[in-house]
Amino acid sequence: MASFFTSRLFFVSLALVIIAATLPLYVSGYVLGLLTVAFYFGVFAMAWDLLFGFAGEVNFGPTFLIGVGAYTAGILNAQFGWSVYLCIVLGALASVIAGLVLALPALRVRGPYFGLTTLVAVLMLQNFIVVFADLTGGEIGLTIPDVITINAGANYWIALGFMTISAAILYGLSQSPVGLVLQASGQDPVQAGALGFNIVKHKLAAFIVSAFFSGLSGALLVFYFGTASVGTVVDVAVGVNVIVSAVLGGRRTVLGAALGAIFLIVAGEFLRPTGELATFIVSAVALLVVLFFPGGFLGAALSREARS
Amino acid sequence: MRAFQILIDGFAISALYALGATGFTLIFGVSGVLNLSHGAIMVAAAVAAWAAASVLNVGTYAGALIGVGVALLTAFLTYFAVVKPIQDSRRIPNEEKEIFVLTGTLLWGIMIQELIAYFFTNNAKTVLPIVEGVVEILGVRTPKNEIFTAIVCCLVIALLWLLVNRTRTGKAVLAASMNPRGVTLLGLELTNIYIVVWGIYGILAGIAGVLLGMFLGVSSYSVGPLTASAFSIVVLGGLGSVSGSLIAAFVVGYLETLTAYLVSPAYRTIPALLLLVFVMYIRPQGLLGRR
Repeated sequence: MASFFTSRLFFVSLALVIIAATLPLYVSGYVLGLLTVAFYFGVFAMAWDLLFGFAGEVNFGPTFLIGVGAYTAGILNAQFGWSVYLCIVLGALASVIAGLVLALPALRVRGPYFGLTTLVAVLMLQNFIVVFADLTGGEIGLTIPDVITINAGANYWIALGFMTISAAILYGLSQSPVGLVLQASGQDPVQAGALGFNIVKHKLAAFIVSAFFSGLSGALLVFYFGTASVGTVVDVAVGVNVIVSAVLGGRRTVLGAALGAIFLIVAGEFLRPTGELATFIVSAVALLVVLFFPGGFLGAALSREARS
Repeated sequence: MRAFQILIDGFAISALYALGATGFTLIFGVSGVLNLSHGAIMVAAAVAAWAAASVLNVGTYAGALIGVGVALLTAFLTYFAVVKPIQDSRRIPNEEKEIFVLTGTLLWGIMIQELIAYFFTNNAKTVLPIVEGVVEILGVRTPKNEIFTAIVCCLVIALLWLLVNRTRTGKAVLAASMNPRGVTLLGLELTNIYIVVWGIYGILAGIAGVLLGMFLGVSSYSVGPLTASAFSIVVLGGLGSVSGSLIAAFVVGYLETLTAYLVSPAYRTIPALLLLVFVMYIRPQGLLGRR
């Protein structure tokens, strides 16, 4: 851990955060808005990487955790008029509970079976939202009366600060003894268990942490957008974007996942002139990265540094 | 009356699901690959058949053949451009290959879906049926096309059974699904077996796709739901078990039809999902899965 503070990665990240923090002084509100969303997405991707890269579980349903957090916060605010901050905290809590409910049966199964259980959870949530349209706004979405602030700069700083703190906690956790046990149990559960570690407990903890950050980020995103809809926080396509971000940036790096998310969202915006082909191009680039640089951006950079 | 209606409609849907899921489970059984571009390949077949029959006017039979041919090509492309490079890659650790194949085929499926949407728009397309008209069975007016779908599905599955259990190639495929290393020790090239399996898969997915296009119609939006339904049927039946998938396809097909007729079409997929979660909880390997 101590070596991290003297490593190049630390200084590069610090410099990036400082540069990012000064952006509101000289770029337009449009760019800030784009990056705000990208930062919240970065937290989704980092939380996902903790489960996948370290605990070795393919969670096809990151949007289940995100969606529960986002919709809980949104519904409490829109239907009951509770204050924004209380809603955000309760959203994160609801997501943790949802994570527990999902993890207890899901951790009994492994590999593709786990992936399918999480995918089914998303489909169920989606059905649920559509069926209980009175409460959730259904397919049209839920309009949320309150926002944290309407100042683009302030929103940007909140998102940046939130992502930085989340990154610090998640990265610290991944490098801690707990993270190493997680990594071991992801790669060889039998051997890790034979060494006396309680695998289920560690994976459950990873699930809870992942759920907490996903839910918190989802709730914050809802109050930034001013709306919660299936298309923005629950749809399987959103989950695919989260997964692609983490794999692009480099699995098992946590910080790479955030880079991947920012790249994905900014690239999607640059490709807007190509119209309907934008998703095709992004998917093709992601596929090429998966095939030729399986370590992702940060994985490739780190392994080059390690070699030299 | 309504009971017969459910019985007949449910059978056609279930047979179609069974055909779609069989190829999917065959590939998993033999090479351990979960192909998440499955839905995209089915839709590609249906859209190709539609384009050939309705735009180029080649006729329904030739259109259906072209659809199956496109699915076959796409399946081979999936294997050679996405799956094989990942399996052969030295930079991906062996224990992570499964996850990379999942991610790779998922992205590949999205690429196919987007290309279809770009060239043929998102509109739903119905392939011209090979047989037209309506007959009355047990007092239920049934489109002949529905009967045709059910018959073709059952025939193809029977043919597949014969191929796997009665021919030399089929037995090699079966052996590879039981013990890949044993097969290579007997002097059979594993890659050749994989190519045969992907070929069979392409044809099955193509037929399923074209029939689906005739029966219900498809659009590029069907890609995700189709993959998800094949995935859940296969897991419900037990990954790699063809007979398990057949049973699961009928369970899911009838459950969906029952819900759609008796409760509401809006809740159509919910009971099947609940059943899936329940089965995973008490029997994680699926109905007929081996562990």
